[in-house]
Amino acid sequence: MIALDEDRIMLRDSAREFLADKSPVSELRRLRDTKDKDGFSRDLWRSMKDMGWTGILIDEANGGSDFGHVGMALVCEEMGRTLAASPFLSTAVMAATALRRGGSEEQKKKWLPAISEAKAIIALAVDEGRKHAPEKTAMKAEISGNAFKLNGEKSFVVDGHVADAIIIAARTEGEPGDKNGISLFLVDAKAPGVSIERVVSVDSRNNARIKFENVNAVDALGESGKGFALLENALNAGRAGVSAELLGVAGESFDRTVAFLKERKQFGKPIGAFQALQHRAAHLFGEIELLRSLVLAACVTLDKSPDAAGSVVSAAKYKACEVGKLAVSEAVQMFGGMGMTDEVDIGLFMKRSRVAQEFLGDAYFHADRYAQSQKF
Amino acid sequence: MPLETFRLEAREWLAQNCPPGMRKPSRGEPDICWGGRNWQFQSEDQKIWLERMAARGWTVPMWPKEYGGGGLSREEEKILREEMRAINARSPLESFGIWMLGPALLHFGNETQKKEYLPKIARGEIRWCQGYSEPGAGSDLASLQTKAEDKGDHFVVNGQKIWTSYADKADWIFCLVRTDPAAPKHKGISFVLFDMTAKGVTTKPILLISGKSPFCETFFDNVKVPKENLVGTLNDGWTIAKYLLTHERASIGSGLSLVGMRSLPAEAIKSFGRDASGRLDNPFVREEVIRAEIDGRALLATIERYKAEAKAGQGVGAKSAILKYAGTELNKRRYEAFMTIGGSDALEWESARSDEGTLAREWLRTKANSIEGGTSEIMLGIVAKRILDLPEA
Repeated sequence: MIALDEDRIMLRDSAREFLADKSPVSELRRLRDTKDKDGFSRDLWRSMKDMGWTGILIDEANGGSDFGHVGMALVCEEMGRTLAASPFLSTAVMAATALRRGGSEEQKKKWLPAISEAKAIIALAVDEGRKHAPEKTAMKAEISGNAFKLNGEKSFVVDGHVADAIIIAARTEGEPGDKNGISLFLVDAKAPGVSIERVVSVDSRNNARIKFENVNAVDALGESGKGFALLENALNAGRAGVSAELLGVAGESFDRTVAFLKERKQFGKPIGAFQALQHRAAHLFGEIELLRSLVLAACVTLDKSPDAAGSVVSAAKYKACEVGKLAVSEAVQMFGGMGMTDEVDIGLFMKRSRVAQEFLGDAYFHADRYAQSQKF
Repeated sequence: MPLETFRLEAREWLAQNCPPGMRKPSRGEPDICWGGRNWQFQSEDQKIWLERMAARGWTVPMWPKEYGGGGLSREEEKILREEMRAINARSPLESFGIWMLGPALLHFGNETQKKEYLPKIARGEIRWCQGYSEPGAGSDLASLQTKAEDKGDHFVVNGQKIWTSYADKADWIFCLVRTDPAAPKHKGISFVLFDMTAKGVTTKPILLISGKSPFCETFFDNVKVPKENLVGTLNDGWTIAKYLLTHERASIGSGLSLVGMRSLPAEAIKSFGRDASGRLDNPFVREEVIRAEIDGRALLATIERYKAEAKAGQGVGAKSAILKYAGTELNKRRYEAFMTIGGSDALEWESARSDEGTLAREWLRTKANSIEGGTSEIMLGIVAKRILDLPEA
């Protein structure tokens, strides 16, 4: 399955229509300009539930629609096109994957239907420093009676400011850099000792810095000390999703740029008639095509054999960062002065692209990870 | 036949029929069997392999059986390729007839032409060359001037072609000629076939920077071409030319990416070794190599996707220009990397150690990738015009 079948084409078209109606770019402006308390619309999130998106990676027994990763990516791409803000990646993609793959029966029963029903937002807390480096997790989880005590600080926790619960990667054994010794815990966001600082980022979206002081963690997710593989499952689904979102961001800024090239006149003709711009636009179109193929290949692999998807997911995220950067840079340049104004949307795409490039590992991180997967 | 049955049958047939000498990875050009009247087989195994595969129609697996093909579906053809790869079986025959003229004849030829030419291509009996570019008609191919005058039952062809690949080794040529000089440039071109031994045809190899001469200048001085050798409609040859160019571009782009004989990571490790963490002991080279590897993977994924989309009836068309552009530019990048990674070894030109400078010659050859079959700039122009619908420059 490399060409989209009819069901998936329908899913994409309905996503496009839904988002154009419910969450156009102007909605992001509204959230920004009104300094919305959540940074996203809870009504929109509930409508996404009606579309089957909140449960897109959840099995039907737990209330999900189970469209798979290819379907998930199609939705993410469309979200990229309208810069739709929602807890989709954190909750419906990453938390759902972690729980579905690693949760106990009890945990699944408690959380998966809640995610499907848009009744729970769950954030994934991994990064600690400035850069994404899961195996360098240093935050300690120390045994204390029949629970663990969590101490440390997490950064860039997307949707951490609105989360009901947080999945935390912490170290129960070993040293930062070891893949062994990492465990995952599910903690209530209101638990004593958890302090959440909302961070508004350059793209007008939100993440959080979260401090954990002697936080009691009783709810372990998966096997203690062996959480890295499960964490990677969740992260890989998220990386594929954010790559698809970057594909949408790049695709939409490109389409808007091409439209502008046809309309803007200088020297008595549309600037799109100048070969200097034509060739750059054509090159960019080719790059977006290449990215599309890698995103699709990554999602097909995630659907078929998720534990073997690491390398193709890294290839996709690497390319998504490169093409995402190129597309918005070219867009602003070709829009000229107008591209620098807040009034024109292109700048918003540039800002979202920057954040999405950083989220879950930048181009360097994924190039290195891809090289390692090739024993290079 | 169920696909799995086909796979087992193909596997068994290959096991029994592929001679041992044809089960070694090809070294590229020196191991290719091109066929033709004057072909000297490099080994008895090469001869037997061609004969056996041709008898089964598997030199051109997807062509109809009545024209010498294997009549395989796309899925079966893919399986055959996989099974051949599994035992390192070499391709029994490569030729411009298979890649280009054959598909054009299947599409535009009349029944007589198909029956006459296709089986000979499939059996490797006639080697073809392509007469397209002229000294004054490169990127602007449609301005070609080689003319064919109507003399009743035949044409008389006069003019000159250039960059004619292997014209000195070819038996026949498929050629674009001007049949109506008064018409607008795209509307007065016809597509004709003729024998390279015909009176008035001469060829002259062109020495390239690689030290090799795969291309020729080809001259036509009052060459008589029978009217029945016209393919398609008179003055509508540009339609066939465009069809073939699209085909050629897709295959140049795809073909390059599949040449997996040289591995950049393996060469880099030979030159630089690994650091304590197992990574290549040169972060700059490592990044360059891995970027090229990922782009190669992206290209392969795109080729697969376009094939699947074409099969699902979702048009691909002008997108072949992207494969040509991306594939050739990537190949040039890869060879620049091979040269720098290879260090002074890569610079050897005349030594048995370097197999007479094979790498350096391949590197130089790649520079033509983004020129032949339409330059990168022409490809970008096609994307801008036909896909993005940008205004005429």
